[in-house]
Amino acid sequence: MIHITINGKVVQAKDGEMLLTVIRREQIDVPTLCHHEAVEPSGACRLCMVEITKPEWDGWCDYVTSCLYPAADGLIVNTHAPKVNELRSSILDMYLARHPKSPEIRQLAAEYGVLKTQFEEIVDGNNCILCGICTRICDTMGFHAISMVGRGHGKEVAPPLNMAPDACVGCLSCAKNCPTNYIEYNVSNGNLSIWKKDFKMAACKECGKTTITKEFAEYLSKNRDINIDYFENVTNVTEKN
Amino acid sequence: MKEYIGVDGYQALAKVLHKMTPDEVIDEIINSGLRGRGGGGFSAGKKWKICKNIKAEKHYVICNGDEGDPGAFMDRSIMEGDPHGVLEGMMIAAYAVGAKEGYIYVRDEYPLAVTHLEKAILDCERSGLLGENILGTDFSFSIKIARGAGAFVCGESSALMKSVAGEVGEPRATYIRSVVKGLYDEPTVLNNVETLVNVPTIIRKGADWYKSIGTKKSTGTKVFSLVGKVRNTGLIEVPMGITLREIIYDIGGGILDDRPFKAVQTGGPSGGCIPESMLDLPVDFDSLTEVGSMMGSGGMIVMDDTTCIVDVAKYFLEFLVEESCGKCTPCREGLYQLHKLLEKICSGKGEMSDIEKMERLSENVMIGSLCGLGKSGPNPLMSTLKYFKDEYIAHIKDKKCPAGVCPELITYKILDNCTGCMACIPACGYDAIEGKKKEVHVITQDKCTKCGACYAVCNFDSILVS
Repeated sequence: MIHITINGKVVQAKDGEMLLTVIRREQIDVPTLCHHEAVEPSGACRLCMVEITKPEWDGWCDYVTSCLYPAADGLIVNTHAPKVNELRSSILDMYLARHPKSPEIRQLAAEYGVLKTQFEEIVDGNNCILCGICTRICDTMGFHAISMVGRGHGKEVAPPLNMAPDACVGCLSCAKNCPTNYIEYNVSNGNLSIWKKDFKMAACKECGKTTITKEFAEYLSKNRDINIDYFENVTNVTEKN
Repeated sequence: MKEYIGVDGYQALAKVLHKMTPDEVIDEIINSGLRGRGGGGFSAGKKWKICKNIKAEKHYVICNGDEGDPGAFMDRSIMEGDPHGVLEGMMIAAYAVGAKEGYIYVRDEYPLAVTHLEKAILDCERSGLLGENILGTDFSFSIKIARGAGAFVCGESSALMKSVAGEVGEPRATYIRSVVKGLYDEPTVLNNVETLVNVPTIIRKGADWYKSIGTKKSTGTKVFSLVGKVRNTGLIEVPMGITLREIIYDIGGGILDDRPFKAVQTGGPSGGCIPESMLDLPVDFDSLTEVGSMMGSGGMIVMDDTTCIVDVAKYFLEFLVEESCGKCTPCREGLYQLHKLLEKICSGKGEMSDIEKMERLSENVMIGSLCGLGKSGPNPLMSTLKYFKDEYIAHIKDKKCPAGVCPELITYKILDNCTGCMACIPACGYDAIEGKKKEVHVITQDKCTKCGACYAVCNFDSILVS
């Protein structure tokens, strides 16, 4: 165990544990848009940046993404230093210019006092904030069905060649973890469609209610050693729509 | 290869393998003061020392040949002209840090460099300079070429290593340095082409000889790519500490057509513009950084009074917006917005509040971005705002482009000294010029697209751009 100071309070932390984990354990509110506990941090959104310093740094301080910065003994962290707040509202301002229609972005920006962007709005843009949670989850699941395509301002999330991805099993992890609910999918009449690909759903043998896609059920059955019947019982698998 | 050996090639390798321990090699390089030529300026020897001292299964040496700055081609000429020098530098680095495998990352736009390096590697393999038990010692080393795919950001260390490993070239947070955890998460030494090619000479002639060239903190020589509005353009190798004035006026032969000097841009897209008042600045790592520019990889673009500084900033920002990998928000969105603001100013729609807006946004992009591309991205804007604020104000308040570049802010007029030669009439593709022989011609402003064709063909300086 080591000790670090967050906003004036000395707290315990594990050596090497990421700062954001410690900050959130202390119930301090630091916003994030690209962070998801299930996948490796990426440091893309930059909202979790904090000010850090150490007594031996002679008053010099650094600004780092807390999701990727390992806690070290004696570190002094300020999660809401003036410069940090300014940086966060500036980043949210950039997000707001790019995604003016996203309710999630608008709400978060408003919390940091940004009600209207000072930059040029991109009116025909979409709500994909390029946080990469979907692609990282898909990679972690082992499917690699979608990825970031292109670069810079024109970057987007897409399946290979923008065609229905072979590797996708319709698990919906991407869509359900999208912070701005951008990824669309459709469930109707026992079918599911996502990323231009259509899936048949497995159904409960008792009540006929659909559970998960047959491809996902087969994948789980094969890879997690679960009998396929398990997925045909709605009490085991509840579709959370 | 014979030619290289003929000029003492591979003598340095033989010297280190037979007569020096890895620590002695590292000490010699540290003592020589050799600093990274890729832009960062970190001590090459210290980097090797950190890498060597990390216990790991494998160590790697990578040569960064992903030269991406517009107008810079120092590394290309070294890889094409002296591939063995690069290989020997890598071998010595590998011996020093204990690496068995090395990669040369070459940008795909350099096919000749790849061909020459491939040939050099093959020749070395055939003659036992690469492979197992090199020169009869325990040292074994192999080199592979990794080709880039055209992304500027892949010159950044962590993105480069991802690209070598076959992943998408996106940078990662650099709180853990690549020298500790680099390629395939193993300690990796990444040096620029020019840095490595200096190594054999330092070993052969000694650190003290190397230190005798250049300044105390920036030793040796540096290759610059001198381009722009100077008489002599091309690659130059100069001792560190030489002044900008010497480079531009002595070596470069002064400004084209003897026009007034305006600024010199150093350090590539992440560097800055240096004004005339600083022409006597010595060119070394620290002096350039101090004035808000940087050494970078050695690009040097000279500008005269016909260059619009706002347009220059816009050009570099456009380049960076294009080349940003798009992973982190400040770089992806912030640089885009900075470019938009510059476009607005160049088109005459700028407001004074835009300057403050750009300054604030620049600072946030610099602090907030993930990698060096974003962190230094606002430099071309910040340095020009610092030294040429008047020109920005002229664009905003007076709606004028003093250099006569921004099309929306200039007008073309025919002066009374027009001889009526009619040369400009067919040159204009828009029928905007009317006039009879031996009578002063007139430009119809509504039709004029400000393409400058009339200005180019007029032999009597009768066309005024204002």
